[in-house]
Amino acid sequence: MQPFDRVVEEHGAAVLRVCTALLGPEEAQDAWSETFLAALRAYPRLRPDSNLQGWLVTIAHNKAMDALRRRSRAPVPAGDGTDLSPPGTAAAGDDPAQAAVGRVDCELLAAVRALPPKQQAAVVHHYLADLPYREVAAALGTSPAAARRSAADGVAALRIALGPAGTAGEPTSRPLPRKR
Amino acid sequence: MGTNTNITPNHNTPVPQDPGGGHSGAGRPEGDDGLVARLRQARPMPDPDALVALRARLAAEAEAEGLLDVAYRVVDSPIGPLLVAVTADGLARVAFENEGHGEVLEELAATISPRILTAPRRTDPVARQLDEYFAGRRRRFDLELDLRLARGFRRQVLDQLRLVDFGHTVSYGELARSAGNPRAVRAAGSACATNPVPLVVPCHRVVRSDGSIGQYRGGPEAKRTLLALEAAA
Repeated sequence: MQPFDRVVEEHGAAVLRVCTALLGPEEAQDAWSETFLAALRAYPRLRPDSNLQGWLVTIAHNKAMDALRRRSRAPVPAGDGTDLSPPGTAAAGDDPAQAAVGRVDCELLAAVRALPPKQQAAVVHHYLADLPYREVAAALGTSPAAARRSAADGVAALRIALGPAGTAGEPTSRPLPRKR
Repeated sequence: MGTNTNITPNHNTPVPQDPGGGHSGAGRPEGDDGLVARLRQARPMPDPDALVALRARLAAEAEAEGLLDVAYRVVDSPIGPLLVAVTADGLARVAFENEGHGEVLEELAATISPRILTAPRRTDPVARQLDEYFAGRRRRFDLELDLRLARGFRRQVLDQLRLVDFGHTVSYGELARSAGNPRAVRAAGSACATNPVPLVVPCHRVVRSDGSIGQYRGGPEAKRTLLALEAAA
């Protein structure tokens, strides 16, 4: 079994990126710490053939969702660019991709949060953590085909939730993918 | 980013909510998906300094929660970088560069615990006392030791070695005798060769009875440097 320090070294950045995508840079630090502390606690009992990054991303996803639940119960802090505003208020008029650098893409995050759990987990593991479907499936206890389907369904649902303005680069001639 | 090439959604999957949308035309280019680009944009590469700070915070929190089984750091010295590893009980390992610090950490993960983190707080006293020793300001280490990596006769040899003062030397034969087995000269030698905490338990003060310097875990050159340092003080 690798020394845990090496696990942190290899996967620390990827986990921080997932936490940042889900929470913004401030809260991401707390979620990162909670993730690695929980992982350190469980580490000696981890099966040696486990996919470490998939395991860590699953923990990070859970910690981030815990943080979001705590936040939804707490009073919303004054706007500092990182708090979760209602969908539609973020980066209005800006290129959302540009706006996401350095601060939270609130609209996208709200849409990810609204996904059903399986789709959300698949989107987080595949699109935010770059894990191939085989590893997404192992981390989520499902088959690669099911993981792929969940991720595709999740992306489709996000596309609907965000509308054409949320998917820069889409052809304008496309029919508006609005909810009916 | 981009270590993984398999990030494009499967366009063959039916998406009933989006009839006739992006799925007309089988050859839809991958880079066309603005949503995927937006998801990827939401996770900027972290600042390396931020990760350094987070790792320090993790080490402190792990220690507070009793989850830091082995704290380590690498200390610079005149005989090369030294890895020092400290358990909750005390200093368990001092490793020379020629041992391969990566391998030493793996060995510690296997023999003590994989809950290993680089951590300044617990290793600070060791680092400070080593600095003082090499600067000629310390003749005796005042550290808790965790000698679990040495057992049986080897452990007895180390206990005797701790009594050999700065600037003095003993022979392997004398060491074996003081450990209670005068005939176990070779075993005394291998106890020195496998001493988990060299420098602090001063196996470098054991030389051959003919006066030659003998072997050393950190190499004969390191041993010569240490003996010269102590002779000059």
